[in-house]
Amino acid sequence: MTTADSSKDLNQISDSASGFDSNLAGRYQQDKIFRIAALIATLAGLVVLGFLVFDILVDGLGRLLQNFPSFINSFPSRSADRAGVLSALVGSILLLIITALAAFPLGVGTGIFLQEFGGDSWFSKFVEVNIGNLAAVPSIIYGLLGLTVFVDLLFNVTGGRSVVSAGLTLALLILPVIIVATREAMKAVPDSLRLAGFALGSTRWQVIWEHVLPLALPGILTGTILALSRAIGETAPLIVIGAATFVPFLPTNLKDSFTALPIQIFNWTSRPQAAFHANAAAAIIVLMVLLLTMNAGAIFLRNKFQSER
Amino acid sequence: MQTNSPAVGTGTAFYVDNTDYYYGSFQAVRDVTLDIPERKITAFIGPSGCGKSTVLRCFNRLNDLIPSAHIKGRITYRGVDIYDKGVDPIDLRRNIGMVFQKPNPFPKSIYENIAFGARINGYKGDMDELVERSLRAAAIWDEVKDKLKESGLSISGGQQQRLCIARAIAIEPQVLLMDEPCSALDPISTRSVEELMQELKERYTIIIVTHNMQQATRVSDMTAFFNAEPTEKGGKQGYLVEYAPTQTIFNSPQMEATQDYVSGRFG
Ligand SMILES: Nc1ncnc2c1ncn2[C@@H]1O[C@H](COP(=O)(O)OP(=O)(O)O)[C@@H](O)[C@H]1O
Ligand SMILES: [Mg+2]
Repeated sequence: MTTADSSKDLNQISDSASGFDSNLAGRYQQDKIFRIAALIATLAGLVVLGFLVFDILVDGLGRLLQNFPSFINSFPSRSADRAGVLSALVGSILLLIITALAAFPLGVGTGIFLQEFGGDSWFSKFVEVNIGNLAAVPSIIYGLLGLTVFVDLLFNVTGGRSVVSAGLTLALLILPVIIVATREAMKAVPDSLRLAGFALGSTRWQVIWEHVLPLALPGILTGTILALSRAIGETAPLIVIGAATFVPFLPTNLKDSFTALPIQIFNWTSRPQAAFHANAAAAIIVLMVLLLTMNAGAIFLRNKFQSER
Repeated sequence: MQTNSPAVGTGTAFYVDNTDYYYGSFQAVRDVTLDIPERKITAFIGPSGCGKSTVLRCFNRLNDLIPSAHIKGRITYRGVDIYDKGVDPIDLRRNIGMVFQKPNPFPKSIYENIAFGARINGYKGDMDELVERSLRAAAIWDEVKDKLKESGLSISGGQQQRLCIARAIAIEPQVLLMDEPCSALDPISTRSVEELMQELKERYTIIIVTHNMQQATRVSDMTAFFNAEPTEKGGKQGYLVEYAPTQTIFNSPQMEATQDYVSGRFG
Protein backbone atom coordinates (compact mmCIF):
# COMPACT_ATOMS: atom_id res chain seq x y z
CA MET A 1 0.00 0.00 0.00
CA THR A 2 1.21 3.47 -0.78
CA THR A 3 1.37 6.28 1.72
CA ALA A 4 -1.50 8.72 1.92
CA ASP A 5 0.48 11.45 0.21
CA SER A 6 1.64 9.55 -2.81
CA SER A 7 -1.75 7.94 -3.42
CA LYS A 8 -3.28 11.37 -3.40
CA ASP A 9 -0.87 12.43 -6.11
CA LEU A 10 -1.61 9.39 -8.22
CA ASN A 11 -5.27 10.01 -7.73
CA GLN A 12 -5.07 13.47 -9.15
CA ILE A 13 -3.03 12.32 -12.08
CA SER A 14 -5.37 9.55 -13.08
CA ASP A 15 -8.48 11.69 -12.54
CA SER A 16 -7.32 14.38 -14.88
CA ALA A 17 -6.16 11.81 -17.42
CA SER A 18 -9.11 9.47 -17.69
CA GLY A 19 -12.29 10.94 -16.35
CA PHE A 20 -12.64 8.28 -13.63
CA ASP A 21 -13.57 9.47 -10.19
CA SER A 22 -11.71 6.97 -8.07
CA ASN A 23 -12.81 8.66 -4.81
CA LEU A 24 -10.16 6.84 -2.83
CA ALA A 25 -10.85 8.74 0.36
CA GLY A 26 -14.52 7.76 0.25
CA ARG A 27 -13.68 4.11 -0.36
CA TYR A 28 -11.27 4.06 2.55
CA GLN A 29 -14.02 5.62 4.65
CA GLN A 30 -16.35 2.80 3.61
CA ASP A 31 -13.64 0.28 4.42
CA LYS A 32 -13.33 1.73 7.90
CA ILE A 33 -17.07 1.77 8.54
CA PHE A 34 -17.46 -1.88 7.65
CA ARG A 35 -14.43 -2.88 9.65
CA ILE A 36 -15.87 -1.18 12.71
CA ALA A 37 -19.32 -2.68 12.10
CA ALA A 38 -17.82 -6.17 11.91
CA LEU A 39 -15.83 -5.52 15.06
CA ILE A 40 -18.95 -4.39 16.93
CA ALA A 41 -20.80 -7.52 15.83
CA THR A 42 -17.96 -9.67 17.10
CA LEU A 43 -17.72 -7.80 20.39
CA ALA A 44 -21.47 -7.98 20.97
CA GLY A 45 -21.30 -11.75 20.84
CA LEU A 46 -18.17 -11.88 22.96
CA VAL A 47 -19.51 -9.56 25.63
CA VAL A 48 -22.72 -11.54 26.08
CA LEU A 49 -20.77 -14.78 26.17
CA GLY A 50 -18.21 -13.34 28.57
CA PHE A 51 -20.95 -12.08 30.88
CA LEU A 52 -22.60 -15.51 30.85
CA VAL A 53 -19.37 -17.28 31.70
CA PHE A 54 -18.56 -14.73 34.39
CA ASP A 55 -21.99 -15.06 35.97
CA ILE A 56 -21.77 -18.84 36.02
CA LEU A 57 -18.28 -18.81 37.47
CA VAL A 58 -19.41 -16.47 40.25
CA ASP A 59 -22.35 -18.70 41.05
CA GLY A 60 -20.78 -22.09 40.66
CA LEU A 61 -17.01 -21.99 40.98
CA GLY A 62 -17.15 -21.68 44.77
CA ARG A 63 -19.31 -24.79 45.07
CA LEU A 64 -17.21 -26.73 42.58
CA LEU A 65 -13.90 -25.95 44.32
CA GLN A 66 -15.22 -26.26 47.83
CA ASN A 67 -16.51 -29.82 47.17
CA PHE A 68 -13.90 -30.49 44.57
CA PRO A 69 -13.54 -34.11 43.96
CA SER A 70 -16.79 -34.99 45.67
CA PHE A 71 -18.94 -32.85 43.34
CA ILE A 72 -17.60 -34.83 40.40
CA ASN A 73 -17.63 -38.28 41.93
CA SER A 74 -20.80 -38.26 44.05
CA PHE A 75 -24.28 -39.32 43.12
CA PRO A 76 -27.20 -36.92 43.43
CA SER A 77 -28.54 -36.35 46.90
CA ARG A 78 -31.42 -34.68 48.70
CA SER A 79 -28.97 -32.42 50.45
CA ALA A 80 -27.45 -29.89 48.12
CA ASP A 81 -23.91 -29.94 49.45
CA ARG A 82 -23.58 -33.71 49.32
CA ALA A 83 -24.99 -33.92 45.79
CA GLY A 84 -22.67 -34.50 42.82
CA VAL A 85 -22.83 -35.00 39.08
CA LEU A 86 -21.22 -38.43 38.74
CA SER A 87 -24.15 -40.24 37.16
CA ALA A 88 -24.97 -37.24 34.97
CA LEU A 89 -21.39 -36.83 33.77
CA VAL A 90 -20.99 -40.52 33.01
CA GLY A 91 -24.41 -40.49 31.33
CA SER A 92 -23.43 -37.55 29.12
CA ILE A 93 -20.14 -39.16 28.12
CA LEU A 94 -21.88 -42.45 27.37
CA LEU A 95 -24.51 -40.63 25.29
CA LEU A 96 -21.74 -38.88 23.45
CA ILE A 97 -20.05 -42.15 22.54
CA ILE A 98 -23.26 -43.84 21.39
CA THR A 99 -24.31 -40.77 19.42
CA ALA A 100 -20.91 -40.50 17.73
CA LEU A 101 -20.74 -44.20 16.88
CA ALA A 102 -24.18 -44.10 15.30
CA ALA A 103 -24.15 -40.69 13.64
CA PHE A 104 -20.63 -40.59 12.20
CA PRO A 105 -20.78 -43.61 9.87
CA LEU A 106 -24.38 -42.96 8.86
CA GLY A 107 -23.84 -39.26 8.26
CA VAL A 108 -20.57 -39.60 6.42
CA GLY A 109 -21.94 -42.49 4.38
CA THR A 110 -24.97 -40.47 3.35
CA GLY A 111 -22.81 -37.47 2.56
CA ILE A 112 -20.53 -39.55 0.35
CA PHE A 113 -23.47 -41.06 -1.43
CA LEU A 114 -25.16 -37.75 -2.13
CA GLN A 115 -22.00 -35.95 -3.12
CA GLU A 116 -20.17 -38.54 -5.18
CA PHE A 117 -22.63 -41.23 -6.24
CA GLY A 118 -26.09 -39.65 -6.18
CA GLY A 119 -25.64 -37.49 -9.25
CA ASP A 120 -28.79 -35.77 -10.43
CA SER A 121 -31.22 -38.61 -9.82
CA TRP A 122 -34.66 -37.85 -8.40
CA PHE A 123 -33.75 -40.03 -5.43
CA SER A 124 -30.79 -37.95 -4.35
CA LYS A 125 -32.77 -34.75 -4.84
CA PHE A 126 -35.52 -36.21 -2.69
CA VAL A 127 -33.05 -37.14 0.05
CA GLU A 128 -31.42 -33.74 -0.19
CA VAL A 129 -34.67 -31.81 0.27
CA ASN A 130 -35.55 -34.00 3.22
CA ILE A 131 -32.22 -33.46 4.91
CA GLY A 132 -32.64 -29.73 4.51
CA ASN A 133 -36.00 -29.99 6.24
CA LEU A 134 -34.76 -32.33 8.96
CA ALA A 135 -32.07 -29.88 9.95
CA ALA A 136 -34.78 -27.34 10.71
CA VAL A 137 -37.00 -29.62 12.81
CA PRO A 138 -37.06 -28.60 16.50
CA SER A 139 -35.21 -31.01 18.75
CA ILE A 140 -38.28 -31.87 20.79
CA ILE A 141 -39.80 -33.43 17.68
CA TYR A 142 -36.77 -35.72 17.49
CA GLY A 143 -37.53 -36.61 21.10
CA LEU A 144 -41.04 -37.65 20.07
CA LEU A 145 -39.64 -39.64 17.15
CA GLY A 146 -37.17 -41.36 19.46
CA LEU A 147 -39.97 -42.06 21.91
CA THR A 148 -42.02 -43.79 19.24
CA VAL A 149 -39.26 -45.63 17.45
CA PHE A 150 -36.59 -46.47 20.01
CA VAL A 151 -38.54 -46.50 23.27
CA ASP A 152 -41.75 -48.14 22.06
CA LEU A 153 -41.24 -49.98 18.77
CA LEU A 154 -37.75 -51.24 19.50
CA PHE A 155 -38.37 -51.82 23.19
CA ASN A 156 -36.85 -55.30 23.08
CA VAL A 157 -33.63 -54.00 21.59
CA THR A 158 -33.23 -50.76 23.50
CA GLY A 159 -34.86 -51.57 26.81
CA GLY A 160 -37.19 -48.58 26.57
CA ARG A 161 -36.20 -45.33 28.30
CA SER A 162 -32.56 -46.25 28.17
CA VAL A 163 -29.24 -44.59 27.44
CA VAL A 164 -29.08 -46.29 24.03
CA SER A 165 -32.53 -44.95 23.04
CA ALA A 166 -31.39 -41.47 23.98
CA GLY A 167 -28.05 -41.84 22.19
CA LEU A 168 -29.74 -42.98 18.98
CA THR A 169 -32.24 -40.13 19.21
CA LEU A 170 -29.44 -37.60 19.53
CA ALA A 171 -27.72 -39.31 16.60
CA LEU A 172 -30.79 -38.68 14.43
CA LEU A 173 -30.83 -35.10 15.63
CA ILE A 174 -27.31 -34.33 14.46
CA LEU A 175 -27.34 -36.54 11.36
CA PRO A 176 -28.36 -33.71 9.00
CA VAL A 177 -25.54 -31.53 10.30
CA ILE A 178 -22.95 -34.26 9.73
CA ILE A 179 -24.32 -34.98 6.26
CA VAL A 180 -24.14 -31.34 5.28
CA ALA A 181 -20.64 -30.96 6.77
CA THR A 182 -19.48 -34.04 4.85
CA ARG A 183 -20.90 -32.76 1.59
CA GLU A 184 -19.41 -29.32 2.01
CA ALA A 185 -16.00 -30.75 2.89
CA MET A 186 -16.10 -33.03 -0.16
CA LYS A 187 -17.31 -30.24 -2.41
CA ALA A 188 -14.25 -28.22 -1.45
CA VAL A 189 -11.92 -30.89 -2.85
CA PRO A 190 -10.98 -29.65 -6.33
CA ASP A 191 -12.42 -31.60 -9.25
CA SER A 192 -9.02 -31.60 -10.90
CA LEU A 193 -7.89 -34.21 -8.36
CA ARG A 194 -10.87 -36.42 -9.10
CA LEU A 195 -10.16 -36.15 -12.82
CA ALA A 196 -6.49 -36.98 -12.24
CA GLY A 197 -7.55 -40.09 -10.35
CA PHE A 198 -10.06 -41.19 -12.97
CA ALA A 199 -7.58 -40.58 -15.77
CA LEU A 200 -5.25 -43.12 -14.17
CA GLY A 201 -7.94 -45.77 -14.28
CA SER A 202 -9.27 -45.43 -10.73
CA THR A 203 -12.74 -46.60 -9.86
CA ARG A 204 -15.02 -44.09 -8.24
CA TRP A 205 -14.46 -45.61 -4.82
CA GLN A 206 -10.68 -45.45 -5.26
CA VAL A 207 -10.94 -41.79 -6.11
CA ILE A 208 -13.10 -41.12 -3.06
CA TRP A 209 -11.03 -43.18 -0.65
CA GLU A 210 -7.58 -42.18 -1.83
CA HIS A 211 -8.06 -38.57 -2.83
CA VAL A 212 -11.31 -37.04 -1.72
CA LEU A 213 -11.79 -38.34 1.81
CA PRO A 214 -8.27 -37.60 3.08
CA LEU A 215 -8.67 -33.97 2.06
CA ALA A 216 -12.22 -33.75 3.32
CA LEU A 217 -11.56 -35.45 6.65
CA PRO A 218 -10.55 -32.38 8.69
CA GLY A 219 -13.75 -30.62 7.62
CA ILE A 220 -15.85 -33.70 8.30
CA LEU A 221 -14.35 -34.12 11.76
CA THR A 222 -14.80 -30.49 12.64
CA GLY A 223 -18.44 -30.61 11.59
CA THR A 224 -19.02 -33.83 13.49
CA ILE A 225 -17.50 -32.60 16.70
CA LEU A 226 -19.42 -29.34 16.55
CA ALA A 227 -22.58 -31.36 16.03
CA LEU A 228 -21.69 -33.58 18.98
CA SER A 229 -21.10 -30.51 21.14
CA ARG A 230 -24.60 -29.44 20.30
CA ALA A 231 -25.92 -32.90 21.12
CA ILE A 232 -24.49 -33.06 24.63
CA GLY A 233 -26.17 -29.77 25.49
CA GLU A 234 -29.59 -30.97 24.28
CA THR A 235 -32.23 -31.24 26.98
CA ALA A 236 -35.65 -31.37 25.36
CA PRO A 237 -35.35 -34.69 23.52
CA LEU A 238 -33.91 -36.35 26.61
CA ILE A 239 -36.86 -35.21 28.67
CA VAL A 240 -39.25 -36.66 26.11
CA ILE A 241 -37.32 -39.93 25.93
CA GLY A 242 -37.59 -40.07 29.68
CA ALA A 243 -34.23 -39.41 31.22
CA ALA A 244 -34.42 -39.95 34.96
CA THR A 245 -33.66 -36.99 37.22
CA PHE A 246 -32.47 -39.00 40.19
CA VAL A 247 -30.04 -41.75 39.28
CA PRO A 248 -27.96 -42.88 42.25
CA PHE A 249 -26.03 -45.51 40.26
CA LEU A 250 -23.94 -45.81 37.13
CA PRO A 251 -25.40 -47.49 34.06
CA THR A 252 -24.00 -51.00 33.76
CA ASN A 253 -25.36 -51.71 30.32
CA LEU A 254 -26.86 -49.84 27.40
CA LYS A 255 -30.43 -50.66 28.42
CA ASP A 256 -30.10 -48.97 31.82
CA SER A 257 -31.96 -45.83 32.64
CA PHE A 258 -29.78 -42.77 32.70
CA THR A 259 -29.46 -39.10 33.35
CA ALA A 260 -27.28 -36.47 31.72
CA LEU A 261 -25.74 -33.13 32.64
CA PRO A 262 -28.37 -30.90 31.00
CA ILE A 263 -31.11 -32.89 32.75
CA GLN A 264 -29.35 -32.58 36.08
CA ILE A 265 -28.85 -28.85 35.54
CA PHE A 266 -32.48 -28.41 34.55
CA ASN A 267 -33.58 -30.34 37.61
CA TRP A 268 -31.43 -28.35 40.01
CA THR A 269 -32.40 -24.95 38.60
CA SER A 270 -36.07 -25.77 39.05
CA ARG A 271 -35.69 -26.37 42.78
CA PRO A 272 -36.50 -23.49 45.12
CA GLN A 273 -33.39 -23.70 47.33
CA ALA A 274 -30.49 -21.41 46.44
CA ALA A 275 -27.95 -24.11 47.31
CA PHE A 276 -29.22 -26.21 44.41
CA HIS A 277 -28.85 -23.22 42.10
CA ALA A 278 -25.18 -23.11 43.02
CA ASN A 279 -25.03 -26.81 42.19
CA ALA A 280 -26.59 -26.08 38.80
CA ALA A 281 -23.99 -23.43 38.09
CA ALA A 282 -21.21 -25.81 39.12
CA ALA A 283 -22.66 -28.48 36.83
CA ILE A 284 -22.74 -25.97 33.98
CA ILE A 285 -19.02 -25.41 34.55
CA VAL A 286 -18.48 -29.17 34.29
CA LEU A 287 -20.49 -29.24 31.04
CA MET A 288 -18.48 -26.33 29.65
CA VAL A 289 -15.21 -28.04 30.48
CA LEU A 290 -16.46 -31.13 28.64
CA LEU A 291 -17.38 -28.98 25.63
CA LEU A 292 -14.06 -27.17 25.65
CA THR A 293 -12.24 -30.49 25.78
CA MET A 294 -14.19 -31.70 22.76
CA ASN A 295 -13.53 -28.56 20.78
CA ALA A 296 -9.86 -28.76 21.64
CA GLY A 297 -10.00 -32.35 20.40
CA ALA A 298 -11.55 -31.12 17.14
CA ILE A 299 -8.80 -28.58 16.63
CA PHE A 300 -6.14 -31.15 17.45
CA LEU A 301 -7.55 -33.68 14.97
CA ARG A 302 -7.91 -31.09 12.25
CA ASN A 303 -4.32 -29.92 12.63
CA LYS A 304 -3.06 -33.47 12.73
CA PHE A 305 -4.77 -34.46 9.48
CA GLN A 306 -3.92 -31.19 7.81
CA SER A 307 -0.23 -31.49 8.54
CA GLU A 308 -0.18 -35.08 7.33
CA ARG A 309 -0.79 -34.18 3.73
CA MET B 1 -16.22 -31.25 -45.77
CA GLN B 2 -12.84 -31.62 -44.21
CA THR B 3 -9.68 -32.72 -45.82
CA ASN B 4 -8.85 -36.09 -44.43
CA SER B 5 -5.35 -36.88 -45.34
CA PRO B 6 -3.98 -40.31 -44.62
CA ALA B 7 -1.87 -40.82 -41.54
CA VAL B 8 1.77 -39.99 -41.94
CA GLY B 9 2.96 -42.79 -39.71
CA THR B 10 2.71 -46.51 -39.77
CA GLY B 11 -0.57 -47.42 -38.12
CA THR B 12 -3.69 -45.63 -37.10
CA ALA B 13 -4.37 -45.38 -33.37
CA PHE B 14 -7.78 -43.75 -33.36
CA TYR B 15 -10.28 -43.56 -36.09
CA VAL B 16 -12.90 -40.91 -35.41
CA ASP B 17 -15.84 -41.51 -37.70
CA ASN B 18 -18.56 -38.91 -38.20
CA THR B 19 -18.90 -37.90 -34.60
CA ASP B 20 -21.13 -35.28 -32.99
CA TYR B 21 -20.69 -34.17 -29.39
CA TYR B 22 -23.52 -33.12 -27.13
CA TYR B 23 -24.04 -31.69 -23.66
CA GLY B 24 -27.68 -32.49 -23.06
CA SER B 25 -29.47 -31.29 -26.16
CA PHE B 26 -26.76 -28.74 -26.97
CA GLN B 27 -24.65 -29.94 -29.85
CA ALA B 28 -21.21 -28.57 -28.92
CA VAL B 29 -19.23 -30.02 -31.83
CA ARG B 30 -20.37 -31.55 -35.10
CA ASP B 31 -18.97 -33.58 -37.95
CA VAL B 32 -15.59 -34.68 -36.74
CA THR B 33 -13.90 -37.31 -38.85
CA LEU B 34 -10.19 -37.91 -38.55
CA ASP B 35 -7.61 -40.58 -37.93
CA ILE B 36 -4.89 -40.23 -35.33
CA PRO B 37 -1.60 -41.85 -36.33
CA GLU B 38 0.24 -44.08 -33.94
CA ARG B 39 3.44 -42.79 -32.30
CA LYS B 40 3.09 -39.35 -33.75
CA ILE B 41 2.05 -36.07 -32.21
CA THR B 42 -1.28 -34.75 -33.34
CA ALA B 43 -2.20 -31.20 -32.40
CA PHE B 44 -5.71 -29.77 -32.04
CA ILE B 45 -5.78 -26.02 -32.55
CA GLY B 46 -8.57 -23.50 -32.80
CA PRO B 47 -10.21 -20.62 -30.96
CA SER B 48 -11.38 -21.31 -27.44
CA GLY B 49 -14.82 -22.82 -27.09
CA CYS B 50 -14.63 -24.67 -30.40
CA GLY B 51 -14.65 -28.05 -28.69
CA LYS B 52 -11.03 -29.22 -28.64
CA SER B 53 -11.22 -30.36 -25.03
CA THR B 54 -14.61 -31.93 -25.58
CA VAL B 55 -13.27 -34.08 -28.40
CA LEU B 56 -10.08 -34.90 -26.51
CA ARG B 57 -11.94 -36.04 -23.39
CA CYS B 58 -13.84 -38.58 -25.47
CA PHE B 59 -10.68 -40.49 -26.36
CA ASN B 60 -10.42 -41.75 -22.79
CA ARG B 61 -14.15 -41.42 -22.09
CA LEU B 62 -13.49 -38.90 -19.35
CA ASN B 63 -16.63 -37.15 -20.60
CA ASP B 64 -18.60 -40.09 -19.21
CA LEU B 65 -18.20 -38.34 -15.86
CA ILE B 66 -20.31 -35.42 -17.07
CA PRO B 67 -23.84 -36.80 -16.87
CA SER B 68 -25.20 -34.70 -19.74
CA ALA B 69 -22.34 -35.43 -22.15
CA HIS B 70 -22.83 -37.90 -24.95
CA ILE B 71 -21.57 -38.59 -28.40
CA LYS B 72 -23.00 -39.76 -31.71
CA GLY B 73 -20.84 -41.59 -34.20
CA ARG B 74 -17.93 -43.90 -33.66
CA ILE B 75 -14.43 -43.65 -32.20
CA THR B 76 -12.32 -46.74 -32.59
CA TYR B 77 -8.98 -47.41 -31.00
CA ARG B 78 -6.93 -50.08 -32.75
CA GLY B 79 -10.10 -51.19 -34.44
CA VAL B 80 -12.19 -51.45 -31.27
CA ASP B 81 -15.17 -49.15 -30.77
CA ILE B 82 -14.30 -47.52 -27.45
CA TYR B 83 -17.95 -46.76 -26.71
CA ASP B 84 -18.92 -50.40 -27.20
CA LYS B 85 -20.65 -52.01 -24.24
CA GLY B 86 -17.82 -54.49 -23.93
CA VAL B 87 -15.25 -51.74 -23.33
CA ASP B 88 -14.73 -50.82 -19.70
CA PRO B 89 -13.91 -47.09 -19.39
CA ILE B 90 -11.65 -47.77 -16.42
CA ASP B 91 -9.61 -50.21 -18.44
CA LEU B 92 -9.58 -47.78 -21.36
CA ARG B 93 -8.26 -44.94 -19.19
CA ARG B 94 -5.54 -47.14 -17.84
CA ASN B 95 -4.29 -47.44 -21.43
CA ILE B 96 -4.95 -43.88 -22.51
CA GLY B 97 -3.29 -41.47 -20.13
CA MET B 98 -4.06 -37.81 -19.73
CA VAL B 99 -2.23 -34.64 -18.73
CA PHE B 100 -4.35 -31.65 -17.84
CA GLN B 101 -4.16 -27.93 -18.46
CA LYS B 102 -3.36 -27.01 -14.91
CA PRO B 103 -0.76 -29.20 -13.21
CA ASN B 104 -2.75 -31.30 -10.75
CA PRO B 105 -0.39 -33.46 -8.70
CA PHE B 106 -2.03 -35.24 -5.79
CA PRO B 107 -1.36 -33.51 -2.46
CA LYS B 108 0.83 -36.44 -1.49
CA SER B 109 4.52 -37.18 -1.76
CA ILE B 110 6.24 -37.12 -5.13
CA TYR B 111 6.87 -40.83 -4.74
CA GLU B 112 3.23 -41.56 -3.96
CA ASN B 113 2.10 -39.49 -6.95
CA ILE B 114 3.82 -42.00 -9.20
CA ALA B 115 3.12 -45.10 -7.14
CA PHE B 116 -0.61 -44.50 -6.81
CA GLY B 117 -1.56 -45.37 -10.39
CA ALA B 118 0.68 -48.41 -10.37
CA ARG B 119 -0.74 -49.61 -7.09
CA ILE B 120 -4.41 -49.33 -8.04
CA ASN B 121 -3.70 -51.06 -11.31
CA GLY B 122 -2.10 -54.00 -9.55
CA TYR B 123 1.55 -53.41 -10.42
CA LYS B 124 3.62 -56.34 -9.19
CA GLY B 125 7.16 -55.17 -9.91
CA ASP B 126 9.63 -53.15 -7.88
CA MET B 127 7.94 -49.87 -7.00
CA ASP B 128 11.13 -47.89 -6.31
CA GLU B 129 12.42 -48.88 -9.68
CA LEU B 130 9.18 -47.90 -11.42
CA VAL B 131 9.16 -44.51 -9.70
CA GLU B 132 12.72 -43.81 -10.80
CA ARG B 133 12.11 -45.01 -14.34
CA SER B 134 8.97 -42.89 -14.73
CA LEU B 135 10.58 -39.77 -13.31
CA ARG B 136 13.59 -40.27 -15.58
CA ALA B 137 11.33 -40.73 -18.59
CA ALA B 138 9.65 -37.44 -17.73
CA ALA B 139 13.06 -35.73 -17.42
CA ILE B 140 12.53 -34.69 -13.84
CA TRP B 141 14.44 -37.35 -11.90
CA ASP B 142 17.53 -35.26 -11.28
CA GLU B 143 15.48 -32.41 -9.90
CA VAL B 144 13.44 -34.44 -7.42
CA LYS B 145 15.51 -37.51 -6.62
CA ASP B 146 16.52 -36.11 -3.22
CA LYS B 147 13.01 -35.12 -2.18
CA LEU B 148 10.79 -37.99 -3.18
CA LYS B 149 9.12 -37.81 0.24
CA GLU B 150 8.18 -34.17 -0.15
CA SER B 151 4.77 -33.06 -1.34
CA GLY B 152 4.09 -33.02 -5.06
CA LEU B 153 2.87 -29.48 -4.52
CA SER B 154 6.23 -28.28 -3.18
CA ILE B 155 7.89 -28.08 -6.60
CA SER B 156 7.54 -25.44 -9.32
CA GLY B 157 4.67 -25.42 -11.81
CA GLY B 158 6.83 -26.73 -14.64
CA GLN B 159 8.16 -29.51 -12.43
CA GLN B 160 4.64 -30.32 -11.30
CA GLN B 161 3.52 -30.70 -14.90
CA ARG B 162 6.41 -33.05 -15.65
CA LEU B 163 5.53 -34.95 -12.48
CA CYS B 164 2.02 -35.30 -13.87
CA ILE B 165 3.46 -36.61 -17.12
CA ALA B 166 5.59 -39.06 -15.14
CA ARG B 167 2.49 -40.10 -13.23
CA ALA B 168 0.63 -40.69 -16.49
CA ILE B 169 3.36 -42.77 -18.09
CA ALA B 170 4.10 -44.79 -14.94
CA ILE B 171 1.20 -47.11 -15.73
CA GLU B 172 2.57 -47.63 -19.24
CA PRO B 173 -0.30 -46.33 -21.33
CA GLN B 174 -0.23 -46.43 -25.11
CA VAL B 175 -1.59 -42.95 -25.66
CA LEU B 176 -1.06 -39.61 -23.94
CA LEU B 177 -3.78 -36.99 -24.19
CA MET B 178 -2.56 -33.51 -23.29
CA ASP B 179 -5.00 -30.65 -22.87
CA GLU B 180 -3.05 -27.40 -23.16
CA PRO B 181 -0.30 -28.85 -20.97
CA CYS B 182 1.87 -25.75 -21.17
CA SER B 183 -0.67 -22.98 -20.86
CA ALA B 184 0.09 -22.51 -17.17
CA LEU B 185 3.87 -22.71 -17.61
CA ASP B 186 6.63 -20.22 -18.24
CA PRO B 187 8.61 -20.40 -21.53
CA ILE B 188 11.51 -22.38 -20.05
CA SER B 189 9.25 -25.01 -18.51
CA THR B 190 7.25 -25.09 -21.74
CA ARG B 191 10.39 -25.83 -23.64
CA SER B 192 11.35 -28.70 -21.39
CA VAL B 193 7.88 -30.21 -21.73
CA GLU B 194 8.07 -29.88 -25.52
CA GLU B 195 11.45 -31.59 -25.61
CA LEU B 196 10.03 -34.31 -23.44
CA MET B 197 7.17 -34.82 -25.87
CA GLN B 198 9.63 -35.39 -28.69
CA GLU B 199 11.23 -38.17 -26.68
CA LEU B 200 7.93 -39.65 -25.62
CA LYS B 201 6.56 -39.95 -29.13
CA GLU B 202 8.99 -42.80 -29.77
CA ARG B 203 6.80 -44.86 -27.49
CA TYR B 204 3.46 -43.13 -27.22
CA THR B 205 0.77 -41.78 -29.46
CA ILE B 206 0.29 -38.19 -28.36
CA ILE B 207 -2.64 -35.87 -28.92
CA ILE B 208 -2.12 -32.33 -27.71
CA VAL B 209 -4.57 -29.48 -27.51
CA THR B 210 -2.81 -26.16 -27.75
CA HIS B 211 -3.82 -22.57 -28.27
CA ASN B 212 -0.25 -21.75 -29.11
CA MET B 213 0.32 -22.07 -32.84
CA GLN B 214 4.10 -21.92 -32.57
CA GLN B 215 3.88 -24.87 -30.24
CA ALA B 216 1.85 -26.83 -32.77
CA THR B 217 4.43 -26.16 -35.47
CA ARG B 218 7.31 -27.04 -33.15
CA VAL B 219 6.00 -30.31 -31.82
CA SER B 220 3.31 -31.84 -33.96
CA ASP B 221 3.26 -34.04 -37.04
CA MET B 222 -0.43 -33.66 -37.77
CA THR B 223 -2.69 -30.71 -37.00
CA ALA B 224 -6.45 -30.51 -36.80
CA PHE B 225 -7.92 -27.03 -36.98
CA PHE B 226 -11.29 -26.59 -35.27
CA ASN B 227 -13.46 -23.54 -35.55
CA ALA B 228 -16.77 -22.45 -34.11
CA GLU B 229 -19.71 -20.71 -35.71
CA PRO B 230 -22.85 -19.23 -34.20
CA THR B 231 -25.97 -21.36 -34.31
CA GLU B 232 -29.55 -20.11 -34.75
CA LYS B 233 -30.20 -20.63 -31.04
CA GLY B 234 -27.49 -18.15 -30.17
CA GLY B 235 -24.90 -20.63 -28.97
CA LYS B 236 -21.70 -21.58 -30.69
CA GLN B 237 -21.00 -24.85 -32.41
CA GLY B 238 -17.57 -26.25 -33.06
CA TYR B 239 -16.57 -28.21 -36.14
CA LEU B 240 -13.44 -29.58 -37.72
CA VAL B 241 -12.27 -27.29 -40.50
CA GLU B 242 -9.20 -29.03 -41.75
CA TYR B 243 -6.94 -31.90 -40.80
CA ALA B 244 -3.59 -32.39 -42.47
CA PRO B 245 0.12 -32.71 -41.79
CA THR B 246 1.27 -29.75 -39.73
CA GLN B 247 3.42 -28.42 -42.58
CA THR B 248 0.40 -28.27 -44.85
CA ILE B 249 -1.84 -26.62 -42.29
CA PHE B 250 0.65 -23.86 -41.65
CA ASN B 251 2.09 -23.38 -45.14
CA SER B 252 -0.54 -24.28 -47.66
CA PRO B 253 -3.91 -24.91 -46.05
CA GLN B 254 -6.85 -25.78 -48.24
CA MET B 255 -9.40 -23.69 -46.40
CA GLU B 256 -9.48 -19.96 -46.16
CA ALA B 257 -10.52 -20.09 -42.51
CA THR B 258 -7.40 -22.08 -41.68
CA GLN B 259 -5.23 -19.63 -43.56
CA ASP B 260 -6.79 -16.75 -41.63
CA TYR B 261 -6.32 -18.46 -38.31
CA VAL B 262 -2.73 -19.62 -38.71
CA SER B 263 -1.66 -16.27 -40.05
CA GLY B 264 -3.20 -14.65 -36.99
CA ARG B 265 -5.91 -12.77 -38.83
CA PHE B 266 -8.54 -13.83 -36.29
CA GLY B 267 -9.10 -15.85 -33.15
N1 LIG C 1 -19.22 -29.76 -18.84
C1 LIG C 1 -19.85 -29.07 -19.82
N2 LIG C 1 -21.18 -28.93 -19.80
C2 LIG C 1 -21.82 -28.24 -20.77
N3 LIG C 1 -21.20 -27.65 -21.80
C3 LIG C 1 -19.87 -27.75 -21.88
C4 LIG C 1 -19.11 -28.46 -20.89
N4 LIG C 1 -17.79 -28.41 -21.22
C5 LIG C 1 -17.74 -27.69 -22.37
N5 LIG C 1 -18.97 -27.30 -22.76
C6 LIG C 1 -19.30 -26.50 -23.97
O1 LIG C 1 -18.76 -27.14 -25.07
C7 LIG C 1 -18.20 -26.20 -25.98
C8 LIG C 1 -16.76 -26.59 -26.26
O2 LIG C 1 -16.00 -26.42 -25.08
P1 LIG C 1 -14.51 -26.97 -24.95
O3 LIG C 1 -14.48 -28.35 -25.44
O4 LIG C 1 -14.07 -26.72 -23.56
O5 LIG C 1 -13.75 -26.00 -25.97
P2 LIG C 1 -12.18 -25.70 -26.10
O6 LIG C 1 -11.43 -26.73 -25.33
O7 LIG C 1 -11.92 -25.74 -27.55
O8 LIG C 1 -11.99 -24.33 -25.56
C9 LIG C 1 -18.35 -24.84 -25.33
O9 LIG C 1 -19.47 -24.22 -25.93
C10 LIG C 1 -18.62 -25.15 -23.90
O10 LIG C 1 -19.48 -24.19 -23.34
MG1 LIG D 1 -10.14 -26.52 -23.63
